[in-house]
Amino acid sequence: MSIDKATVAHIAALARIRVPEADLERLAGELRKIVAWIEQLDEIDTSGVEPMASVVEMTTPQRPDEVNDGDCRDKVLANAPAASHGFFTVPKVVE
Amino acid sequence: MSLIEGKTGNWEVVIGLEVHAQVVSQSKLFSGAATGFGAEPNTQVSPVDAAFPGMLPVINRFCVEQAVKTGIGIEGKVNPISVFDRKNYFYADLPAGYQISQFTRPIVSGGSIALDLPEGRSRTIGVTRLHLEQDAGKSLHDQHPNLTYVDLNRAGTALMEIVSEPELRSAEEAGAYLRKLRMILRYLGTCDGNMEEGSLRCDANVSVRKPGAPLGTRCEIKNVNSIRFAMLAIDYEARRQIEMIEEGGIVKQETRLFDSARGVTRPMRSKEQAHDYRYFPDPDLLPLVLDPAEIERLRAAMPELPDRKKERFIQDYKLTSYDAGVLVSERLTADFFERVAKGRDARAAANWVTGELFGLLNRAGKGIEQSPVSADAIGALLDLIADNTVSGRTAKDVFAEMFETGKDAAAIVEAKGLRQVTDSGAIEAAVDRVIAEQPEKVAEFRAGKDKLLGYFVGQVMKATGGKANPGTLNELLKKKLSG
Amino acid sequence: MSELCDLTIAQARDGLRTRRFSARELTAAHVKAMEAARGLNAFITETPERALADAARADVRIAAGDARALEGIPLAIKDLFCTEGVPTTAASHILDGFKPPYESTVTAKLWAQGAGMLGKANLDEFAMGSSNMTSYYGAVRSPWRRRGDDRPLVPGGSSGGSAAAVAARIAMAALGTDTGGSIRQPASFTGLVGMKPTYGRCSRWGIVAFASSLDQAGSLTRTVRDSAIMLRAMSGHDPKDSTSATLPVPDYEAALTGNIRGLRFGVPKEYRVEGMPAEIEKLWQTGIEWLRAAGAEPVDINLKLTKYALPTYYIIAPAEASSNLARYDGVRFGLRVEGKSIEEMYEATRAVGFGDEVKRRILVGTYVLSAGYYDAYYLKAQRVRALIAADFKRAFEKVDVILTPTAPSAAFAIGEKMDDPLAMYLNDVFTVPISLAGLPGISVPAGLSAEGLPLGLQVIGRAFDEETVLRAAESLERAANFTARPPALT
Repeated sequence: MSIDKATVAHIAALARIRVPEADLERLAGELRKIVAWIEQLDEIDTSGVEPMASVVEMTTPQRPDEVNDGDCRDKVLANAPAASHGFFTVPKVVE
Repeated sequence: MSLIEGKTGNWEVVIGLEVHAQVVSQSKLFSGAATGFGAEPNTQVSPVDAAFPGMLPVINRFCVEQAVKTGIGIEGKVNPISVFDRKNYFYADLPAGYQISQFTRPIVSGGSIALDLPEGRSRTIGVTRLHLEQDAGKSLHDQHPNLTYVDLNRAGTALMEIVSEPELRSAEEAGAYLRKLRMILRYLGTCDGNMEEGSLRCDANVSVRKPGAPLGTRCEIKNVNSIRFAMLAIDYEARRQIEMIEEGGIVKQETRLFDSARGVTRPMRSKEQAHDYRYFPDPDLLPLVLDPAEIERLRAAMPELPDRKKERFIQDYKLTSYDAGVLVSERLTADFFERVAKGRDARAAANWVTGELFGLLNRAGKGIEQSPVSADAIGALLDLIADNTVSGRTAKDVFAEMFETGKDAAAIVEAKGLRQVTDSGAIEAAVDRVIAEQPEKVAEFRAGKDKLLGYFVGQVMKATGGKANPGTLNELLKKKLSG
Repeated sequence: MSELCDLTIAQARDGLRTRRFSARELTAAHVKAMEAARGLNAFITETPERALADAARADVRIAAGDARALEGIPLAIKDLFCTEGVPTTAASHILDGFKPPYESTVTAKLWAQGAGMLGKANLDEFAMGSSNMTSYYGAVRSPWRRRGDDRPLVPGGSSGGSAAAVAARIAMAALGTDTGGSIRQPASFTGLVGMKPTYGRCSRWGIVAFASSLDQAGSLTRTVRDSAIMLRAMSGHDPKDSTSATLPVPDYEAALTGNIRGLRFGVPKEYRVEGMPAEIEKLWQTGIEWLRAAGAEPVDINLKLTKYALPTYYIIAPAEASSNLARYDGVRFGLRVEGKSIEEMYEATRAVGFGDEVKRRILVGTYVLSAGYYDAYYLKAQRVRALIAADFKRAFEKVDVILTPTAPSAAFAIGEKMDDPLAMYLNDVFTVPISLAGLPGISVPAGLSAEGLPLGLQVIGRAFDEETVLRAAESLERAANFTARPPALT
């Protein structure tokens, strides 16, 4: 499927990036071009090939169950654009 | 099968449950911050939990073991290789903008849970999978008129998501499933099962259909925080869907919330947007590979689980299925019972634990772990009954005092002179006295009013201060009255 | 300019130990150079007081005969490394005001070896770029100029500020990161040695993530020896990074024996890409001759999937980035643009906070991961990635290292190639395959273009065999005898 304005609007919403209506067409064009270019991978036969998520030939290391971090509220909140009573605050969320 | 009657006939309810069980551990799944409940906001948050730039996850070995144990406990297949994926979505209390979860390759596949239903019925429900994932933080919406407060203490705590097959057919079965699952988790010590504190949460997928028809459209009810609410929510939701269909409407697939105050479900506004979680393997983590020897070590160290224990209690102790069921509902209770029963009359032990002890504990609002009377102390009291030192009736009073004061049975019996009279001479004297004092009643008895025997027993007991051995008393009384 | 600024790390180390100059003098000279070269826009945050305080402490250690590997060496740190209490921006508006409450593992290791910090170097926003043009803090200008042309040139990217700082003799070395070529390409553009170690060799903990399966810390230096010194200080297992290798760290400087006799080096014919300038082809041939003359043996190899590496990379990197950058939401740190609802706040913050290239990549990444497209794009790319890695593995059964050009062109002028993202992406055609395979690669300055601009050659090695890579690189360095300096410095 070709990328159109609606596609861009949809993925921009998923990515939580506001895109002005006026920019949708331009972005759709850019993305179409990039996606058409990456589609050259279709030329390669990858049947039977395991996808490679990491180049590391290791398994994930496991740490002991010890409390050695946290308990640093001031540090955690120091960079917050808005905080109150020890909480981060955001515009009201309606569930 | 339990069906719901609608205007157009009977309906079958199809329920699948997704249970989120918080893993018992000291520190979080991917960070070294503490996990305790009820701490001051944001005091158990590391930069990893708050998803600060450049922070990376490292998995907690103990949480992995807890998931493996649980997987074995629900008779699932522990997968030697599992993979962590990112589930991408935005939410105020999801700091990274993704949750680390397991999507395509969970740590446990399959499994089953046997339901204990009323009248001794039972059903086995399939478990699809169990996977490890991070919990989110908490959003407080009621602290400020136009702000939501975000506390990340819970963010990153390990969860096991346990997904059932859509095989449950009633709210009652859903309740039984949750009770049994919670029981297993508590036996294993992998989740404390505390629904009030949110360590066990449940999402219910509910749909309805005419029996034999294909599956209907389902609604997901999110975050129900008690078994009772889960049952109420499912019942409400099933009836809502039936009504909607019968009135010509169509059930819309959506996420709903249970409003426990009003007893209804309603659509969840924040979930209205179509979700597309864009799962992909978390490149910050490598595949989780379990050593088969390690899995076997955990399997060997598994405690006896409730179903097996119940069976053994029925077999070995000759308990009724009901009593055995009550005793195995908590591992501590079962252990307590076994300690009382050791070398004693097991059925008597069961009666004392489920009867007297539970009665007093309930009244005092205490759990068995807070019992002021130890298993050994109850055992000692049972021994006093067995060797005729006290009667069963007296023993109940003694027990009440044990519960009250924490003193042991023998001391109470001695101090209060409650040792029962087994000397037949003393009892005989009392019998003679009662018979002599009540000639009219004796005559009535002899004239055929058998029911008066109880009256005479009571009188003699009274005369002996309740200490007469009931057997001896009965025997003597019958002989004298008929004589 | 003070001649102290012209020293290599190895030379400065000797000078400090023999007390020819103090660490304070050395650092002061670099601080002065930093101030004088502000026109390059190489730094986002300058930390001269910190650098001088670091130097004062270094002098105490040196006086006590207790100097460590990088004692008193002033460095530039790419502003992608979190530095405790020092603003860390990733060259993005969205990290406005962010001061990390922690220090990245790699910078902490450098400080533990006595190095000092001159400042946080400019870069492409979130390391997404090959020109340093995408920085919220403005473009970096290379100290180089084309012969007879005074138009400012790009230093390459994304580690453009790091490269400019070292090339302009402001910093003795700089820390960079390389996801698809972000150290090697700017090194090639600015006449420096740029090393991307094996994925897993250096901890990623505390580095603002771009594409987690590709990001790797490395250095920009003026010599291969300095590269070896830096690598040893930066490397090592970090239990806080699950992808960090548990291998011991060799003494890389000791590996520089100067002897590559019998070494087999691969020459992949697929790197002769269409449109590659003849001078680069020629430089490559010269490099082959240099290594042969030093006793190494060239071997023709096939890396058949080379041309597919870029599209593969431009699926995987944006996909990971789209997820890695979701945390910039205006809640816990950085920029917030208020909105009536939280959704509005998110969308406004991210619309204002991210630049165009970052947004473009987030959108591409979101698209390739979205429902219905995941298999066709992301999974397909991961499969091709496996094939690319297998190609290298096969090649390394026959050879010890591989020699290629670093970049398909010399530096371009600021403003060129800006209208076409794809043309810009082609800058990384020779570096990206190595990143996908997680292998170590180094760019060594090998000559000048007809316009008088530096050109680099790339040496690629087996995973965790940086020693052989460095040894071969040193041999090239010796043969090339690259002594050209940016015109402003001559």
